[in-house]
Amino acid sequence: MWEQIKSNRFRSAVLVVFMGILLLAIGFVIGEYFLRSYLGGLAIAGVVWAIMSLIAFFQGDSILLGVSGARKISKSDNPVLFNVVEEISIASGLPKIPDVYIINDPALNAFSTGRDPNKATVAITSGLLEKLNRDELQGVMAHEIGHIKNRDVLLMSISAVMLGAIVILSWYATRVMFWGGGRRSDRRDSGGGGAQAILMILGLVLLILAPIFAQLIYLATSRKREYLADASSALYTRYPEGLASALEKLGASSVQVKAANQATAPMYIINPFGKKRAINDWMSTHPPIAERVRILRAMGGNSYADYEKAYGLSHKGQGIVPKSALSNG
Amino acid sequence: MLALWIILGIIVLLLLFFIAMYNGLVGLRNQVKNAWAQIDVQLKRRYDLIPNLVETVKGYAKHEREVFENVTQARSAAQQVVSSGPAARAQAEGGLSQALGRLFAVAEAYPDLKANQNFLALQEELTSTENKISFSRQFYNDTVLRFNNQTQMFPSNIIAGMAGFKAAEFFEVTVPEEKNPPKVSFT
Repeated sequence: MWEQIKSNRFRSAVLVVFMGILLLAIGFVIGEYFLRSYLGGLAIAGVVWAIMSLIAFFQGDSILLGVSGARKISKSDNPVLFNVVEEISIASGLPKIPDVYIINDPALNAFSTGRDPNKATVAITSGLLEKLNRDELQGVMAHEIGHIKNRDVLLMSISAVMLGAIVILSWYATRVMFWGGGRRSDRRDSGGGGAQAILMILGLVLLILAPIFAQLIYLATSRKREYLADASSALYTRYPEGLASALEKLGASSVQVKAANQATAPMYIINPFGKKRAINDWMSTHPPIAERVRILRAMGGNSYADYEKAYGLSHKGQGIVPKSALSNG
Repeated sequence: MLALWIILGIIVLLLLFFIAMYNGLVGLRNQVKNAWAQIDVQLKRRYDLIPNLVETVKGYAKHEREVFENVTQARSAAQQVVSSGPAARAQAEGGLSQALGRLFAVAEAYPDLKANQNFLALQEELTSTENKISFSRQFYNDTVLRFNNQTQMFPSNIIAGMAGFKAAEFFEVTVPEEKNPPKVSFT
């Protein structure tokens, strides 16, 4: 039941490797096209990725908390919130109780950050804090601590950095290609003919498609992790109704989180942009709220296996919880 | 020569396999111990909160002497078995939960008490401590289940038998009333 992390690691590795290949392919094309040497392109891709990773790794938490205007609280500021976080930390077996932050914002949302369970943070907007009763608050905090426990923060920041690098590189490369017309024309061996033209077009297609493809992988992963965190919430609280009714309240509100942007969106409990931005289900970082509530309410018990069964009802028997987590529960 | 190397390789692999399994069992046993310590922390916290609560309620409801005595008695009964195993403790703690439930039920009849800031804060602390006790119990039992599975399932049961790992005891509620815990929320 507590072993989901192992299989998560494998899946995450596959995802990260795939995005890494996309990133390298872009570096390759850029190198070939602008520098006449693929190695140079790979180096550029590597450097962009490394810089972004370093920033995300060391500053990610403080950037996210700083951008959202969150304020750290101690127990005397809000005993109930603090107690609830402590309770769920105990229920989930977290080694250390996360720092608790409040965001002064009437919008209804919550998020968690921290690359490892020893150094984690949960944050909630003051708007949401006012709206929820104790059971609902417990469900929401259990969802956030589920993200921490399942190592989603680490996974989503690694893939967000990859996605960011892919988007930046291909954006600049295509712009320069269109505006600069390409330096290929004055190359000595420009008489290469048809084969080279085809390669060039293939490279261009890759530059245009890679960011879209990377984005779709990223979004699909994000949605999967949301379902899994819901399952963890039910497991920790043994009371899926708490999260279900909290989600209903969240869904009924249409106030956007002021300080959210595309990069920080997967960290929130629901899509911080509200309904307008979520045009299609597969273009969203989060699964539809109604669907999440329906699954939670359809659960026969509180275990991962029960969540799996409830999920299967509306997804043609497909699974969402990793196999190793099910066999141990 | 080749056969010798293959046999040697198999032996080394088996050895590594056994070591990994043994270490896994030790890790789980330590997790069980740690989870048990967590329950302990919360139970102690509850002992610490009770005298304060009793004093506060006494100030408003002097005539409910029996209720106070029950709580105090249950508390010291629970403290007496602090070093015993899960079964004995679960029973004593169940009795204390029950007595506390009655105390809160009594408090319900005193509107002045329910408006007292000190009482409200204590009530939140006790509600939360009760939750923490049951969550840590839940985590402890899950960990015990995993540990016991490992000690009884093939092939790790061989190692467990050789190294003397014994199945751990669940922290089960023995007092019938505790199975439907008294509602201590007055919000």
